[in-house]
Order: sequence, then structure tokens, then C-alpha cells
Amino acid sequence: MVATYETKTDYKVIGNSPIRHDGLDKVTGRAIYGGDVKVPGLIWGDVLRSPHAHARIKSIDTSAAEAMDGVFAVLTHDDFPTADEGTIAAGEDSVDLRRDQANIMAKDKVHYRGHVVAAVAAIDRNTAEEAAHAIKVEYEVLKPVSDVDTSMADGAPIILEDLVGDHLGKEVPNTNIARIFRHEFGDVDDAFANSDIVIERTVSMSMVHQGYIEPHNATAIWAQDDNLTVWSSTQGSFGVRSQTAGLLGLPESRVKVNYVEIGGGFGGKTKVYFAPIAALLSRKSGGRPVKFVMDRPSVFEASGPAPGGKIRMKIGVNKDGKITAADTDLMLESGGYPGSAVGAAAICVFACYDLPVSRITGYDILVNKPKSAAYRAPGSPQASFAIETVIDEICDELGVDKIQFRLDNAAHEGTRRGDGVQFSRVGLEETLEATRDSDHWKSPLGDAPAGKARGRGIASAYWMNGGGKSTCDLMLQDDGTVMLNEGSADIGGTRTSIAMQAAEVLGIPVEDFHPSIPDTDTIGFTGITGGSRTTYTTGLAAYNAAQKLVDELKGRVADLWETEAKNVEFADGTFTANGDSIGIQDLAGRLDPTGGPATSTASVNLAEAGAAYGVHICDLEVDLATGKTDIIRYTAIQDVGKAVHPQYAEGQIQGGAVQGIGWALNEEYFITDDGSMANKSFLDYRMPTSLDMPMIDTIMVEVPNPLHPYGVRGIGEVPICPPLSAVTQAVKQATGKAYYELPVKPGRILEATDSI
Amino acid sequence: MATVFLPYALRKYADGVEQVDVPAKTLGELIDNLEAAYPGTKHHLVNEGALKPGLAAIVGHMATRRGLLQKLEPDVEVHFITAIAGG
Repeated sequence: MVATYETKTDYKVIGNSPIRHDGLDKVTGRAIYGGDVKVPGLIWGDVLRSPHAHARIKSIDTSAAEAMDGVFAVLTHDDFPTADEGTIAAGEDSVDLRRDQANIMAKDKVHYRGHVVAAVAAIDRNTAEEAAHAIKVEYEVLKPVSDVDTSMADGAPIILEDLVGDHLGKEVPNTNIARIFRHEFGDVDDAFANSDIVIERTVSMSMVHQGYIEPHNATAIWAQDDNLTVWSSTQGSFGVRSQTAGLLGLPESRVKVNYVEIGGGFGGKTKVYFAPIAALLSRKSGGRPVKFVMDRPSVFEASGPAPGGKIRMKIGVNKDGKITAADTDLMLESGGYPGSAVGAAAICVFACYDLPVSRITGYDILVNKPKSAAYRAPGSPQASFAIETVIDEICDELGVDKIQFRLDNAAHEGTRRGDGVQFSRVGLEETLEATRDSDHWKSPLGDAPAGKARGRGIASAYWMNGGGKSTCDLMLQDDGTVMLNEGSADIGGTRTSIAMQAAEVLGIPVEDFHPSIPDTDTIGFTGITGGSRTTYTTGLAAYNAAQKLVDELKGRVADLWETEAKNVEFADGTFTANGDSIGIQDLAGRLDPTGGPATSTASVNLAEAGAAYGVHICDLEVDLATGKTDIIRYTAIQDVGKAVHPQYAEGQIQGGAVQGIGWALNEEYFITDDGSMANKSFLDYRMPTSLDMPMIDTIMVEVPNPLHPYGVRGIGEVPICPPLSAVTQAVKQATGKAYYELPVKPGRILEATDSI
Repeated sequence: MATVFLPYALRKYADGVEQVDVPAKTLGELIDNLEAAYPGTKHHLVNEGALKPGLAAIVGHMATRRGLLQKLEPDVEVHFITAIAGG
């Protein structure tokens, strides 16, 4: 049974923007991040990485490293326990242990430049680095495969030789395509044949990185009783626990993961890289704590970026402006091992439109690049770029208003996504209407200065948002304050957005809450901070815990007033019965005779989250001599359900939009002929900074999610999706040329406009 | 009677149709009855008595969290899709 709610509208706490509880610690440097972890007896780890993108390991000689002064232990893949074949459930994730082991430390082949081959633990960081480089590895260098076309071509070098591909249910050996799957409903070919206009384009995009400021890190202690303690920068301590335990063959109960603050993740900190290595080195070093911090080039070369790839998109439409059919091939890079975001791309690709028939074919394709990971709405930005590029051309061809066309074809309650699943209440139409009515859309673009050209683009996108498992504990203190424990890593101010939901129930100011994120031994299971799930899911756990606390306190009040609990009412933080009343914070100090401390806990496992839609408008100027692009006005319109903390909600939307703009204009893995990434520093990997951006205006549309008592929907992911096409279509309007390859960097603009 | 939207790779077991009606009160019973009517389907969906890791069952609008124990309302639709994690 799924709970639905009559959404509340009169709020005391929700909808305000209080200062975050962890704000002072973070701005004064008191907050503890993974790199700050210091424990007695700490030693340092370092790794040796492959200089080749694709090579067979012929031998590894660790003797020189082992003989060095100050070296405690050396590790290769042979030190890992033998992992079972196949995929296992791990927490809320599914993990292919054998592949994941090989990804964090290569076994017999290296699949990308930077792939870890061996590791050492030593007395200090410099000694560890020196020892790692003393390890001698003999390679047979193989031809690298750097893009999906090369990877799928006949005769391509096979990256994962024991891979048996699943191609529409057929087992296929000797392939770089790990999986081909399809969602197909209706007679697509017949519908195209009966369409007035059919446009088919193929777009491509580069692999890009999340660009989080804090690099990966981990510290581990393998104690003599075989209990493992880990500190790691992560979006989910329980994910680190389940992955580390699985990869090391330990019961999860023997692994404790301590929470440390996280300096950005955006999906890239949902997988472990160092924790199992640090753990094994700690065991080999006699239980000494071993610490790793990744350097920036390795973060780029060897963590988990977002897949690049290629998407063929075909859309049919009638002259009355109704879409008749859609067909797409989504070909995304998984990196060196299977598992790209193509499954999510398939869910999202047609989700903005109400389509009568559609066909989606997904390809998960290995290339000699790092194993891809999640990045903010994984798969949806690429999918949005493809469909919105074609929709824009269809609107131009029909000569229709681009918002009205989208409204005429908009997904709504009852629409089936491309995978067949029906939508419940969604707010795309309201979001499009807010876009149409916005000052930005109604304002003229204005004239460009001499030598420049202006353009405006618009695009929409979808992300399904996540639910899953979360836990929250509340402990009412004698002084009327509340200790709140929850299991979600706090990336965007979620301590506060979660506490606000309990505060709304209890009628206690959110400033009187003390939220904490304990270790995995101390709080119930909570999934990752990802999938835009935390304020919705952990917030609902906090709401439920608060309701339980109210019920508990009604009994205590009844005891004090010698009445029955059913006679006690609670509203706005005050209990009343038979003419008596007492505020909850006053009651807190009088609980001893009624049974002592009042606490509550609640866990949830939510099946659906309430989808998010975003529509973005981009105005930009292109310098026709240099190809440089400047965003001059940008508005992001989004259905947020209910903005619990409007300032943070707006920040999520602005941050997502800026990352999407960077993806559109500048960011790319620039891969050389030998398969190396040439731009593995923030100097050369060009992410937008505040100096590049105008203020990103936001319009938050509130179509309440019926699955949450306050109508909350996930917010953080969908805003990265529309910019890829909104920006590109604006460049198209400015220059009169269409662009099908990202990023739309100055060189591409100059090539398209014949300026070079 | 539940309506099962067959994943594309399973349609070959059911003469290529997109959806089939299957009588069942739980998701586990549905998969057993689907296998009885269309042999070969079950091993794509179940492993060691549970939904396969990485697979999500959508019952109505919702991804079930009760696995094979999920009760089915009459006339509900059921989808099997890849489980998706976010970023």
C-alpha cells in the first residue's frame, strides 16, 4: 500500500531559508573531510597506475618496493579474495564483484590509462610514492579503443576478453558491446511512413567529469579481530560498507564506515576506489591505519566520469504539430568495464513527450577510458541533447512556437514513458506554462554588439528521481532541543532540509535541532545521497519519526494530566486537553516521571519519488571572430513539488544549470591517439567559473508530489539536463548553423561558420 | 488479472506480443504463472528466489520494494525494467 497525502499548505518552517546547521563549521574550516582524517599510527598509501590505455600485464615485480626502508606492505590483485562471478545486490546497488575488483586493481589487463596495477603502504606519503614507482611492470601494449564507433567496428580490439554480451537476449562472445536492449511499443515504422515530416539526426558528445573539488580519499584500519573501520569521502556510507565488504569477502557487520564531510560528488562518489585497497594494506601492515588521497590527474583519468557516445534520433510529426513516432539508438560509453548510464537514458529520452508509438534501443559499449559512473541525472543530459536538438529542428520546419509545440505534445498523468511505465501526477505542463509566461521568454533578445551574434535556445528534460531506504532518529532533550540522527551524506544542505520537516511537525524551531550523521553502526540503513532522493526520502523518515514522537508525547502528557492519550490534541507545537495546554519544549523538561527520555525512530523504503521536469531558456552571444560564447541571460524553470528550503533548492538548480552549460560549451575528455587524456587538470579541463556565468535566474513551479505530506519532489539532478540543447540551439540561432557534436567550443563554431 | 508489459527480450517467448494478461495475487505467483504460460521467461526475472539484482519490477506506477511478496491489485499493470540509481 502506498501512502498518498492531502498536501499541507500552511507552513511555519517549510518554505523558509534558515542558515544550515553545518555552515559555520564549513566556512571556518572546522568541518572534517576525508583528507583531514588523522588517527594514531597513520601510514600512507599510494598506487602505481598504468601508463597505457590498453595493455596486457605480463609481469609485476614488487621486490624493489618491498625492500625499501619505510615500506610496510605491497599489494597486487593477487591479494584480493577470489570474487564470485555475477552481479550481487549490495545495499540498494547491484555490484559485479569480479569486474569491480578488476577495476579498482587490474588483474591481467589494464583497460584505461591510470588503471591501478599495484599499491604500497609506507611510513609517509613521499616514501609511498617512491615505492610505488619502484614496482616494475612489463606490459604488452595493445591498440586502444577510444570511441563507440571504433569499439563497435568489425575487427575492433576486444577489451574484455571473457565478456559475453547480451544483445537483445542473445549471448554474443568477442564483443565490446556489453548489452543491447530495447523498449518498443506500437508499429513505429508504419507511423513514420504516415508522418508528414520525419527528421533524423545523429548527435555525439564527449566523456565529461563531475569536477568535484575534493578528490577521492579513504583511510582504513583492519583490526586484529578482523573488524574493519573506514573513513571515506562518499555520497553514502552504507554504499562504501556494502561494496568494501563485498569486494573483500567480509560480512557487512564487520565493516564500520565513519561519515566525513564531502566536497562534492554529483554521482562520482557512489563507487569505492581506495577503501578496499587501504583495508588490505592495513591488514598486511599489521593493522596500521592506511590513508589514501587521490591526485587530480588520477581523478580525471581513473575515477568515474559520465559517458560520452553517440545518439541517433528520428522523430515523425504531422502538419498539425502532433508527434507521430519516435525512434532512437542510444550508444553510450561504459568505459573499461560494462555498466554505463544507458538504461537511465532510455527511461528519460522520450519522457517529456506523449508519444503514440516509440522504439528505444540502448547500447552499453566498452572503450579504453575510465569506468563511467553516475553524474547528476546519469544518461538524461545526453538523451535530452539528442531529442531536443531534433525537436528544435521540427519546430523550425513547422514554423511553430517552441513552447506551444511542447505543450501540445507534453507528457502528463497517464502518459507512458518510452519504457512503458505510466506517469502519475507530473508537472511538465505547468512548467512549460511558467516558461511561456516568464519575463525572459517574453523579452526580446536584443541586438548584438558589432562583431557578435545573439541567439536564444530552449530545451526541456526529465529525471525520475529516487526513493529507496532511509532512517532518521529523534531524541528530545530536557532543554527542549532535538538531537536528530540521519544516514544521508550532506552534500547540499540536507541536514537542514531534513530537520525542517521534523521541525514542521513538532512546532520546534529548526535552529533548536542538532542534526548529525553517524557511522554505519549507529544509524539504520540509508541509501546514497543520489537520485535526488535525500530531502524527499530521508525527509519523509524525519517526518514519520516526528509523528511517532508526537504520539509518544501525547501519552506522556496524558500521564501528567491524568487523562487518556486520546483526549490530548497537538497543534503548532502545543499539547492541549481539557483546558490545559503545554508547549512541547516546556514539556521536554518534565518527562522524567512519565518514563524518562522521549525518542523515536523511523525507516522508510519508498517505491516512487515523483518525477521532476525542467525547462531552460538560454540567451547568448557569439564572437564571430573568435568563436567565444558568452551566456548573457539564463533562466531555469523547474517543478520542485515544494521547495522545503527555497534558497538551497534554487542553489541546486543554478549549480546543475552551470554544470550543463559547461558540458555544452567547453568540457570534454580530449583523448590523444595513444588513448591518453590530454587535459587532466582544471587548467586544461575547462569548467565554467563564476566569472563565466551571469546570474542563473530560477522559477520554481510547485506541483505537489502526492506521495509526500509536504509535496516534496527531488530537485538536484534534472537542472543539468536541458542546458546541453538549450545552449546549442542558442548558438544555432546566433550563427545560423546546426551543431550535432558537443562541446560547441570556439573551434567548432568557427569551422561551422567558415571563419577559419 | 494483471497485465504484464513484457520486456523486449522476453517477447520471443510469447509470439512477439507486447503485453499479456496473467492471473496472480502476488508478484511471485505472477512470474510462476508467466513461466507456465510462456516457458523460458522466469530465469530472466528471478535468481535464487528473488528478483534478479539490477532488475526492478514496476507495479502500477511504483517500483515494488517487497519483491516477489508484492501483492497485486486486480487489473494492475506490471513492468520489468533495469533498476536505476541516480547521481
